[in-house]
Amino acid sequence: MNNSARGSLLGIEHMEGKEILALLQLARRMSPLKARPLLRNKRVALLFYEASTRTRSSFEIAAKSLGAITTLLQSSGSSIEKGESLLDTGYTLRALGADAIVIRHPCAGAPHLMAKHLDIPIINAGDGMHEHPSQALLDAFTILKSKKTFKGLQVSIIGDIYHSRVARSACHLLTKFGVKITLCGPPELVPEVAATLAPGLRVSRHPEEALRGADVIMLLRVQKERLAGQKIRLQDYIAHYQMTAARLKLAKRDAIVMHPGPIIRGLELTPEVADGPQSVIVDEVHNGVPTRMAILAWALGKAK
Amino acid sequence: MTNAKLKPESILIKGGHVIDPAAKINAPMDVLLREGRVAEIAPPNKVRGGADEKFDARGLIVAPGFIDLHVHLREPGQSYKETIATGTAAAAAGGFTSVCTMPNTAPIVDTAEWVAWLRHPDRGAVVNVFPIAAATRLSRGASLTDFAELQRAGAVAVTDDGKPILEDEVMRAALRLGAELNLPVVQHAEDTRLTEGCSMHEGPTSFRLGLRGISAAAEASIVDRDVNLAQQIRESRLHVAHLSTSDALKAVRRGKRAKARVTCEVTPHHFTLLDEDVGEYNTNFKMNPPLRAASDREAILVALADGTVDAIATDHAPHASQEKEVEFERAAFGITGLETALALAITKLHRDHKIPLSRIVELFTAGPARVFDLRGRGSLARGNFADVTIFDAKKRWTFEAAKSRSLSRNTPFDGWQFTGKVVATIVGGKIVHRAD
Repeated sequence: MNNSARGSLLGIEHMEGKEILALLQLARRMSPLKARPLLRNKRVALLFYEASTRTRSSFEIAAKSLGAITTLLQSSGSSIEKGESLLDTGYTLRALGADAIVIRHPCAGAPHLMAKHLDIPIINAGDGMHEHPSQALLDAFTILKSKKTFKGLQVSIIGDIYHSRVARSACHLLTKFGVKITLCGPPELVPEVAATLAPGLRVSRHPEEALRGADVIMLLRVQKERLAGQKIRLQDYIAHYQMTAARLKLAKRDAIVMHPGPIIRGLELTPEVADGPQSVIVDEVHNGVPTRMAILAWALGKAK
Repeated sequence: MTNAKLKPESILIKGGHVIDPAAKINAPMDVLLREGRVAEIAPPNKVRGGADEKFDARGLIVAPGFIDLHVHLREPGQSYKETIATGTAAAAAGGFTSVCTMPNTAPIVDTAEWVAWLRHPDRGAVVNVFPIAAATRLSRGASLTDFAELQRAGAVAVTDDGKPILEDEVMRAALRLGAELNLPVVQHAEDTRLTEGCSMHEGPTSFRLGLRGISAAAEASIVDRDVNLAQQIRESRLHVAHLSTSDALKAVRRGKRAKARVTCEVTPHHFTLLDEDVGEYNTNFKMNPPLRAASDREAILVALADGTVDAIATDHAPHASQEKEVEFERAAFGITGLETALALAITKLHRDHKIPLSRIVELFTAGPARVFDLRGRGSLARGNFADVTIFDAKKRWTFEAAKSRSLSRNTPFDGWQFTGKVVATIVGGKIVHRAD
């Protein structure tokens, strides 16, 4: 892993399969209901330059469940608004005694910049369109709970792959274990180059084709806030790609439906699918806490 | 000059191997410089005139002074990045005796007054400075500047560099006016309607890094349009700046075959590096146009060898650390390049790709002199300006950014081992740089 000596988690791409499995093992032993003061007196700074509901609160709950002190810094209401640079903000948090920084940022590579200049673990909680490693780990955790193994799995990721850090991290993680992934969506959201991201990826324009034989269906939100200059007609998207109960029948009978959230009911999926028996969307959120407990414990060298 | 007596009036460069493609010389020759001009060039020991000083050039290449068609010296207005004094010192260290400065300063160089200001001795330039003026007022791409007045003040070309002249009608008008005055129009070819928010070449690497990509088509479409215009407008002169893609080269070749007056330059970083060299968001690999795909670099190497490319230009673009040590997408575009250009050309083009030294010298001398009609430069013909670059084509050395003469340190080549080093740079008969 990049910067593994210092425990930074910058992305899945450069992690080794055995490191990932070790983290997932650790996550299985973590529970917010069983307090384990592994990080007593440790200070974890949550630095959020972008809106977040799930990631921020689950990192916070994870840190507190391990006995750490947390401090939240958001771009609004801080000196970031006055023009303080990312690195200066990092140096400030370090000087305040932060033992680790969890960062979400709209720019790809922002955590890498921090890790290059600071001597404490940097945990990427989502950087631009690049990676969202803790999401990929909790999704892997969720898949393993349901499917027991990665072996032979077929995964379909449907939606806005281009703008999605979740998709990039998921592709890196799952293909390390031989999972075959079909990326599905219109060319604007799923360019052909997407298939070069990792081995074992293919691109399809047809959900019917992508869904056939799928064990896992990951849906992604159409990220309107990142659609710089691209014209996607939402009505067309819904007609071709929305996950409906009828389309879901094309997948394996025991296929699970995943979504990193936030979901937009009626756009990428129908409420029926979101709340249906195959949906594990709520489990993903739930699994975020033990997974992030494992990440924090591991990052701060307290993985026991 | 108050210290004229301390400076020798004449220098005899003895024992070197002269490469002067414009004069078709590639042989051992001695060169006598006197009163700022080339007084004599003759086979070893055949120079008749005497000299105040001798320069021992045994084992070295003696070439016409190098000309860089594309530098950003940041004055007026951005002297925290670079000044004309520091930028020309870096140029001298890199063997350049003449540099052409880009007008995207603060303010934009769009008046004769600013052109004259750039050329004033108070700026402290140690090499020749040839300003390129803005093609449109404030480089906004709308109404043309006064080309004739800018040319009279000393501008050698016009451009809106940093951005393109996008509107067809404005570009057509610029080429027409340029044709009347025999003034080249330099185009930064980028369809900015396609590149908003983009920070590197569009391809597998940009997708993997989650960065919006600058497509090859964004450059090629503009070059294609411009070449068409240059073919339509008689006597117009189009110069394509920092050409970076295979498709743009095709358009330039088409124009040249049709005998249009189309020229182009290529930077050392584009013939050396690839998009994937950006690594983990290293902002010293961020520039515009961006580092491209392997197929583009391959096409550029072919075009450098076969004569399609007219000049190697550095696009020297110094930036302060606070503009580079930031998020990749927010970092300034551009890298420094004056001190590494010759070394990269010899190491990459000559040593690795077997392009003859004479062709490399042509790309630094006769080629660029022709592009902007720099009379009396680019060749050591008798009577020309005494601008000379002396280098050791075999010397191995390591470039250290910390020792750069530039005010800025934004280079991707820190710590690189090179073959080929500048030994001395002579401007107007005076040695302005000598290697330690």
